[in-house]
Amino acid sequence: MGSFSKKLERFWEVFYEYNGYQRVLTGLRNTVYIAVLGLVIGIIIGTLIAIVEVLPKYKRLPRILNGICRSYVGLFRGTPIVVQLLVAYYVVLPLIGVNLPSLQVCVIVFGLNSGAYVSEIMRSGIMSVDPGQLEAARAVGLSYRVSMMKVVIPQAVKNILPTLGNEFIVLIKETSVVSFVGAADLYVAFSYIGTNSYEFMVPYLVMALIYLVMVMAIAFLVRMMERSLRKSDRRN
Amino acid sequence: MIDVIDLKKSFGSLEVLRGITTTIKEGEKVAIIGPSGSGKSTFLRCLNCLEDPTSGSIIFEGVDIADMKVDINIHRRHMGMVFQQFNLFNNKTVLGNITLAPVYLGIHDLRVKQFKNFFIRIKNLFSRKKTPLYEITKTRRQIIDEANENAMRLLKRIGLEDKADAYPSTLSGGQKQRIAIIRSLAMNPKVMLFDEPTSALDPEMVKEVLDLIKQLADEGMTMVIVTHEMGFAREVATRVLFMDEGRIVEENTPQELFTNPQHPRTKEFLSKVL
Repeated sequence: MGSFSKKLERFWEVFYEYNGYQRVLTGLRNTVYIAVLGLVIGIIIGTLIAIVEVLPKYKRLPRILNGICRSYVGLFRGTPIVVQLLVAYYVVLPLIGVNLPSLQVCVIVFGLNSGAYVSEIMRSGIMSVDPGQLEAARAVGLSYRVSMMKVVIPQAVKNILPTLGNEFIVLIKETSVVSFVGAADLYVAFSYIGTNSYEFMVPYLVMALIYLVMVMAIAFLVRMMERSLRKSDRRN
Repeated sequence: MIDVIDLKKSFGSLEVLRGITTTIKEGEKVAIIGPSGSGKSTFLRCLNCLEDPTSGSIIFEGVDIADMKVDINIHRRHMGMVFQQFNLFNNKTVLGNITLAPVYLGIHDLRVKQFKNFFIRIKNLFSRKKTPLYEITKTRRQIIDEANENAMRLLKRIGLEDKADAYPSTLSGGQKQRIAIIRSLAMNPKVMLFDEPTSALDPEMVKEVLDLIKQLADEGMTMVIVTHEMGFAREVATRVLFMDEGRIVEENTPQELFTNPQHPRTKEFLSKVL
């Protein structure tokens, strides 16, 4: 136990007196930045794809759109996110001759990646609403668009929002691989502290705790949200 | 009122309706009976184009609504539909269920008229020939108030006015179905379509729903009812259609059809269910 308190001391020295905490804060900011922006981009892309996939076929969207969406989702769900990051940073960007900072590359890749998952979340959320609801709305003379907006989508949101919260949690956790392309996240900050204090036990333990606290906080918020959304299902 | 001419419907290679021709006159109460899979529900759903007919025409108030170019939403306002599974909007209160369509469509029409009037006014400034404006009789507020009032009146009629702010998940099947019926009534339909309105109900709730339908029938509402309640069909209907394999096999007044069926298929069916 004596050695552990020594390790703690050494960690604190680097963390506090040598300004390691600043790197941790930067890492934390980058993690949240990538996860939040990634989710926002993901929701935008996911919504567009879900619209293409849910619209009835007689709405005469070009068939090709459907194919594009399918292959997009297949591509991004079929490869690990580390591979996507590496390919984007070391293959795609040099090929098209664009130079972007690694943080922005991460945001884009995480956005594209979560877009594929979010589109599935939204599609299944809308599909899980009883088709009779749409029929009933159409039968009283509302148009397809209005029926969706007023009846189907409000019910689908109830299924979608909690799952989106979970997607956000997944994103937060997955950001721990962005150091592969040189973005500074929590892992980079704590391994810096580890290298400078010559011991890794405490820094990585603290890193794990930070992730755990973040995820639990978000999970709590998701649960609160879910509860307030279930209001109309509850018997009073 | 509704003329159905050689209506056909197939799902892929499965032919469900094989040419149906009939006329539903104003004030008539038509009951459709037949074995399951005979296409009676599909026929009813084709009447307001919830299923698009494969061929044939449905003339409703002089317009062929089976034509894909027709704006079906306008005609659906005048055809109420009641479903087997009630299909109340789960995200709306009872009152919200009843007023959603009248309020939305009322305000939508108002906006369209205001929009058109705006351009007519500009045009009238510059031309000698004055184009008359669209008449606007109600404000937005009045539309909402009127819809609410009407909904409460209808709720009072079925004795459920205390449920106005409840959500559908808190209601019994019979209550849901009666609210689904007055939801259609709130649009002042010219004809009501019932798709097996009592088949999903517990037995003790069937009567309250049938009583409400009977009341509507007595008030002279035109209705088309797909049903398995032979007693009800006999009592309420003015004409009964017996369907089998996508065709109308026999149609007659209920007295004749139930007591003196002509076609062997009808005889066989009735001997099983009566």
